[in-house]
Amino acid sequence: MTRPTARDFFRDRFGLDERSLGAALDTALERRVDHADLFFEYASQSSVVLEEGIVKSGDRHLEQGVGVRAQVGERTGYAHSDELNVESIQLAARTARAISADAAGGRSAQAAVATRERDLYPVARPPTDTPVEDMIALVEAIDAYARSRDPRIVEVMASCVAQHRQVLVLASDGTLAEDVRPLVRLNVQVIAVEGNRREVGYQGCGGRTDFESLVDPARWQPIADEAARVAIQNLGAEPCPAGSMTVVLGPGWPGILLHEAIGHGLEGDFNRKGTSAFAGRVGERVAAPGVTVVDDGTLPGRRGSLNVDDEGTPTQRTVLIEDGILRGYLQDRQNARLMGVPATGNGRRQSYAHLPMPRMTNTFMLAGQDDPQDILRSVDRGIFAVHFGGGQVDITSGKFVFSASEAYRIENGRIGAPLKGATLIGNGPDVLTRVSRIGHDLALDQGVGTCGKDGQSVPVGVGLPTIRVDELTVGGTEG
Amino acid sequence: MSELLEAAEIALEAARGAGADDADTVVVASESTETRVRGDEIDYVKQAHQRTLGVRALVRGRDGTRQAITSTSDLAEPALRAMAAEAATLARATAQDPAAGLPDSGFADPNALPDLALADPADRGVDVEARVDAARRAERAARAVDPRIVNSEGSQASSGFSQVVYANSLGFRGAYESASHALFSEPLARNGSGMQRDYWMSVSRRLASLESPEAVGTTAAERALRRLDARPVPTCEVPVIFDPLTAASLWRQVAALVNGYSVYRGTSFLAGKLGEVVASPSVQLVDDPLRPGGLGSRPFDGEGLPSQRTALIEDGRLRNLLLDTYSARKLGFESNAHASRSASSAPGAGATNLYLEPGQGRLDEIVADTPRGLLVTELIGMGFNPVTGDYSRGAAGHWIENGALCHPVEEVTIAANFADMLQGIDAVGEDLLWLSSVASPSVRVARMTVAGEA
Repeated sequence: MTRPTARDFFRDRFGLDERSLGAALDTALERRVDHADLFFEYASQSSVVLEEGIVKSGDRHLEQGVGVRAQVGERTGYAHSDELNVESIQLAARTARAISADAAGGRSAQAAVATRERDLYPVARPPTDTPVEDMIALVEAIDAYARSRDPRIVEVMASCVAQHRQVLVLASDGTLAEDVRPLVRLNVQVIAVEGNRREVGYQGCGGRTDFESLVDPARWQPIADEAARVAIQNLGAEPCPAGSMTVVLGPGWPGILLHEAIGHGLEGDFNRKGTSAFAGRVGERVAAPGVTVVDDGTLPGRRGSLNVDDEGTPTQRTVLIEDGILRGYLQDRQNARLMGVPATGNGRRQSYAHLPMPRMTNTFMLAGQDDPQDILRSVDRGIFAVHFGGGQVDITSGKFVFSASEAYRIENGRIGAPLKGATLIGNGPDVLTRVSRIGHDLALDQGVGTCGKDGQSVPVGVGLPTIRVDELTVGGTEG
Repeated sequence: MSELLEAAEIALEAARGAGADDADTVVVASESTETRVRGDEIDYVKQAHQRTLGVRALVRGRDGTRQAITSTSDLAEPALRAMAAEAATLARATAQDPAAGLPDSGFADPNALPDLALADPADRGVDVEARVDAARRAERAARAVDPRIVNSEGSQASSGFSQVVYANSLGFRGAYESASHALFSEPLARNGSGMQRDYWMSVSRRLASLESPEAVGTTAAERALRRLDARPVPTCEVPVIFDPLTAASLWRQVAALVNGYSVYRGTSFLAGKLGEVVASPSVQLVDDPLRPGGLGSRPFDGEGLPSQRTALIEDGRLRNLLLDTYSARKLGFESNAHASRSASSAPGAGATNLYLEPGQGRLDEIVADTPRGLLVTELIGMGFNPVTGDYSRGAAGHWIENGALCHPVEEVTIAANFADMLQGIDAVGEDLLWLSSVASPSVRVARMTVAGEA
């Protein structure tokens, strides 16, 4: 089977052949610049939302445009256009190159060389080609199933979103890269009521796959079960204790700890500028022995994966922390160039209308040796947190938070009463030094993560085995 | 503007041609320039033009109306026609809903829209060099404040202009222009104990109303410096004072809780509390879309209804919800013109210029009146459950002992039930501060759990 390529798509639909693209790049290069690139994007998205038992609306959105960037040293000139014709692209190129005052004397881009072929997310049909009736049938089936789980479930909201994004990157160093990126996501939220208690539970799943992968009940039933279970569980939740205590984090989504506590602080831009609490610390111990954390954009079908990043660099597996020692940062091209290290395939952007920055892909801790049950048994008094909402970090002070939405008391090594959600707060550069046990049960999340930075959102993944963290501050209400 | 109106007409006609009984459309065109200077160097200069058109197709049936939304950033006529027709096709696949549809009547008079001073013609044609210069001045000022200001994330200056057109198949055609100019500076302070960042900003519809770049940079640096040597405090229950910036986040949460959609869905603990006392008597919360020059001001809402000032909480009593046509119909009310709408979304309900009316006393007087407690100047994380009201967020600020600021604090959380926090507000300051479309004076909550050291 021959896959249609993004290059063919932009040529056939907008008449953007290699000659006109090369000419636009040459326009950007008429001034002295270190790097210039063009980023073309054509993205569509379809979604349906069900509430009160019916699908009230269907949505379809189309976004297209080109971003042109010219860089000299630390300076970037950037312009973008939602019109994909030769005149608009040339205008954007002239605007972007104004960042440089010096004429270059007619330099030309190096001959384009396409990056190697690889496809981490082949699909037979773009998920956005799914008939809307099929999407509606799926959320209706989920609604009926979730309601049947327990009479205390009074409301269900279910949604599914399908995306298809084609990108093409052409850069002055000869990079010619393209990518066709499918993305699907399913969300289920239920409300449970008992007496005067009302609780919500949610769960979702997704990834860079076709829509058909969501249709199998074996995929979505556990998601609906989980949303229902959390809501019902929380009906009996007690106030969470406050203060510093031992925290056991369950496998999977609690990996958001890594994303907030160390991931952002290891992004190349903050370290090149010296504004991160981790700046200049490569080679130092930042975690307990046994803690190894990687960022891996090459996992097939995962939400955070990419064949190439948004600068055309192939993604890779980057070791951030190895056996407790800080090994490296996440880099886009500009920060890699300025720091004199290789780019790591982490240059990402929300869309053509945004500048690329170093961003995470799938960030997780490798499995250890411990039995998760033993880890729980090792705790006299503490909390066991298994579900989380969002988190945030101040990369300069290193302080980070993440908010538990399902947690339990641990007493004498046994799981006790469910606790109301609470925010956990810690200090990124030293929290991992207090990881005292690491389970053998590494799990990646279900494929629902979205990371925000400087107002730009990109899909990401996280993962964690069960771990024990000694002394983490838990923001409950009970003294 | 005429080009956008023309696109709107094409979209409406195409949606109706493809079988929609009713339709409405939103077109947004924006232009912006943003620049950041870091140290002595320009970090970036960004120039953007964006246009998006969204169309909602409505198909009436025996038991209600079916709806779908499409949007495109390709405003060429064939693309517009295709997307509008697709909205009608999609709509036929969705369920009939008795509450769906356009407002029945009561649209704003497009020829007599109030002048809300949303843009200054003098600011047209942004001078990129002047914006770079403003960012440079803010950056220099921040770095000159103190030798401990050693680094920064940079200083930004931006200017944006946008045009909004709303049109529907009942004949409403409305348009307005707005502008937004901003200065922002984010310096870093360092001493032997570590690094701290903070920011300050100025935002306005008019370039001439911005604070001077020097003032923005200087304030930002002072804020970063005062955070040096921050440390956690022992876990305790104390009064918590929110400065105007962090207090605004409380009202954003209230806006979500009194949103008509959260209320009919039962995802707000304030559902069913209309007319009841939900906050202390000192709480007067207002949403005013007609505030001249307001960052959230607009002459009509996302469904073409004339904007109106709405008191949400009066003397602590919940008086009104934020309603668009759909959520109002679901709850048996009339819309109060709070439909928010982007080009690519269905109408929703939302606040415009939301503020807590100021009370009495300066922040330092409220601090002096607090024997022991926490002044919060930054909140991080999203630890709020609107269904139960459970509130737990990361905080930084200053510890108060004997009515005086004692030392900076970080790595603590503050927690309580939000319903109790609203009832427990026992001081509202006079220092109302508008830095976004949601504003507040300082407020004190009588008691919260501060979690820190063991």
